[in-house]
Amino acid sequence: MKKKLSFLERAAAVPHMVWAIMFIVAPLLFVAYFAFTDANGSFTLSNIELLSSYSHIFLVSICFSLVATFCCLLIGYPLAFVISRSKPSTQKLLTVLLMLPMWISLLIRTYSLMTLLDNGGLVNSLLTALGFEPVTMVGTGGAVILGMIYDFLPYMVLPIYTSMQKMDHRYLEAAADLGCNSFQTMFRVVLPLTAPGILSGITMVFVPSISTFYISQKLGGGNFDLIGDTIERQFKYPSTYHVGAALSLVMMILILISVAVMNRFSDQEGEMIV
Amino acid sequence: MNNTLIKLRSIEKSFDGEQVLCGIDLDIHDKEFVTLLGPSGCGKTTTLRIIGGFETPDVGDVYFDGERINDLPPHKRQVNTVFQKYALFPHLNVYDNVAFGLRVQKVKEDEIQERVREMLTMTGLKGFESRRPATLSGGQQQRVAIARALINRPRVLLLDEPLGALDLKLRKDMQNELKRIQHATGITFIYVTHDQEEALSMSDTVVVMANGRIQQIGTPTDIYNEPVNAFVADFIGESNILDGVMLCDNKARFAAHTFDCVDGGFAKNEAVDVVIRPEDVDVVPVEKGMLSGTVSGVTFKGDYYEIIVDVCGFKWMIETSDYVAPEQKIGLYIEPDAIHIMKKSEYSGKFGDYSTFSEEMDHLSDPDTEASENEEETLLS
Repeated sequence: MKKKLSFLERAAAVPHMVWAIMFIVAPLLFVAYFAFTDANGSFTLSNIELLSSYSHIFLVSICFSLVATFCCLLIGYPLAFVISRSKPSTQKLLTVLLMLPMWISLLIRTYSLMTLLDNGGLVNSLLTALGFEPVTMVGTGGAVILGMIYDFLPYMVLPIYTSMQKMDHRYLEAAADLGCNSFQTMFRVVLPLTAPGILSGITMVFVPSISTFYISQKLGGGNFDLIGDTIERQFKYPSTYHVGAALSLVMMILILISVAVMNRFSDQEGEMIV
Repeated sequence: MNNTLIKLRSIEKSFDGEQVLCGIDLDIHDKEFVTLLGPSGCGKTTTLRIIGGFETPDVGDVYFDGERINDLPPHKRQVNTVFQKYALFPHLNVYDNVAFGLRVQKVKEDEIQERVREMLTMTGLKGFESRRPATLSGGQQQRVAIARALINRPRVLLLDEPLGALDLKLRKDMQNELKRIQHATGITFIYVTHDQEEALSMSDTVVVMANGRIQQIGTPTDIYNEPVNAFVADFIGESNILDGVMLCDNKARFAAHTFDCVDGGFAKNEAVDVVIRPEDVDVVPVEKGMLSGTVSGVTFKGDYYEIIVDVCGFKWMIETSDYVAPEQKIGLYIEPDAIHIMKKSEYSGKFGDYSTFSEEMDHLSDPDTEASENEEETLLS
């Protein structure tokens, strides 16, 4: 009986396995294959060597993603705290409001943000109506980072909010009892106890930020080449597939390293992130 | 007694429209071991939380050393708490948990080291410095919680059912330990429990609470020997509580018999509750007894037998060292000073008759209901 059940259980996983092999494992192998071959299909390291000319793109991408992640943390942490401390009914409402944008396609969200920030957009109309000079926003690095923050903020707030909700409120009372004012309670107790949520949030914002191409294209007005854009461009023409594959491979390794680092931190907290 | 340290004056508190405390007046003296005793939901934990600063009373005042502290936040009070489930910080090891309060006060690190070591020695936790709370047993966590609170040298230590999660043997040990620590430090302890034995054996003063009111305040002996009403008599130990009439001073009539007693000060023929403890009734041959009845149940308790005796329909509980057989007719003899007379109260007639004994015991001793009710209580608060 038990054996039969476990066979069924295994069978239940087959559709996903097929899916994963066809659309995840196989493409990954292709990426690796293309990265180490030339147009004739023979082994070469020249694609990888070529990557050194893209190093500034990697640098800019990492910088943008780090700034966006940091801003998300700065905005998201207090927000998560406020939500977790409010009444249960308010909590539900606020989390729905927070998740609402996630139900809309990322492309549409980014596009609507662009129309807001455009030279003739809502923000500038408002500024001119109030008698201020219009500000050029689209095409600046600030707009790209704002787009990343706007698109990925929920991914920061939700894991932090979850870890705050799990936290026993008695720890806060114990801290107050031992002489902490609310500021000290925050830094000595709440922050360390929600560290797994913070790490998880950082990973979940940093990874999509570093690989995005749409945000930088629309809000950056083509002035900023991030890794995502560069990779996308390489795959437009068959002749540059091999460089694109090498770029993808390096980015994947970067992401894996950052996830591994985060997991290592959170292992010490006794909890896995991803 | 020493001077009054904490004064509660006509405290009232309700949660979601439900009155939890009504008119609490309480004086707590310096260096005293005070126990708030009562069943779940009686308001004892809320009273403690008001003293700790975690709740603000709706009505009434809290004074600490003569100063009104209603609006003083917990971190500014000279009070520390041992929480019900300890609330040890899971991200800190034992040393850092104990050092927490001192670090907040920015005490120098070498003094912290000195004081933590001293505290860990006193609570028997030497060698556990680098362990995380989750790896400790219940009793050890308990000690860490006490050390973490006491290291701040508070004027008052609040303990919220601190032994509730420990097994019987460990409880007994920790009771002695707490008593010893209280003597050694000279700190006022305010202790919340629903365990009457714990309250009697540890306290200088016991405050019996029920339904959000204080029923009686007194020394353990007072509370046991001179309960003020049927609730206290029943909650503290076992008691037979009968309807009676006070004929005149030192003469009470109950169970169709007139007894000599040592109480007075009642109106002539006033209706009263009469309390007689099970161990104060002597079993004698029928012809020598003041009352006689039939044994309806016998339970062996080790050093004594607990018997239920039916006297004209009222079931008495009696503790005797001599075996009597079920269905045997026996006489009962009661000394005058074993009879305690109480004024009638709202609790009259609700307690002290052992005809429903088994049900009552089931209800009282069911640990699950106790635990879940406690849970609710803390959730509410």
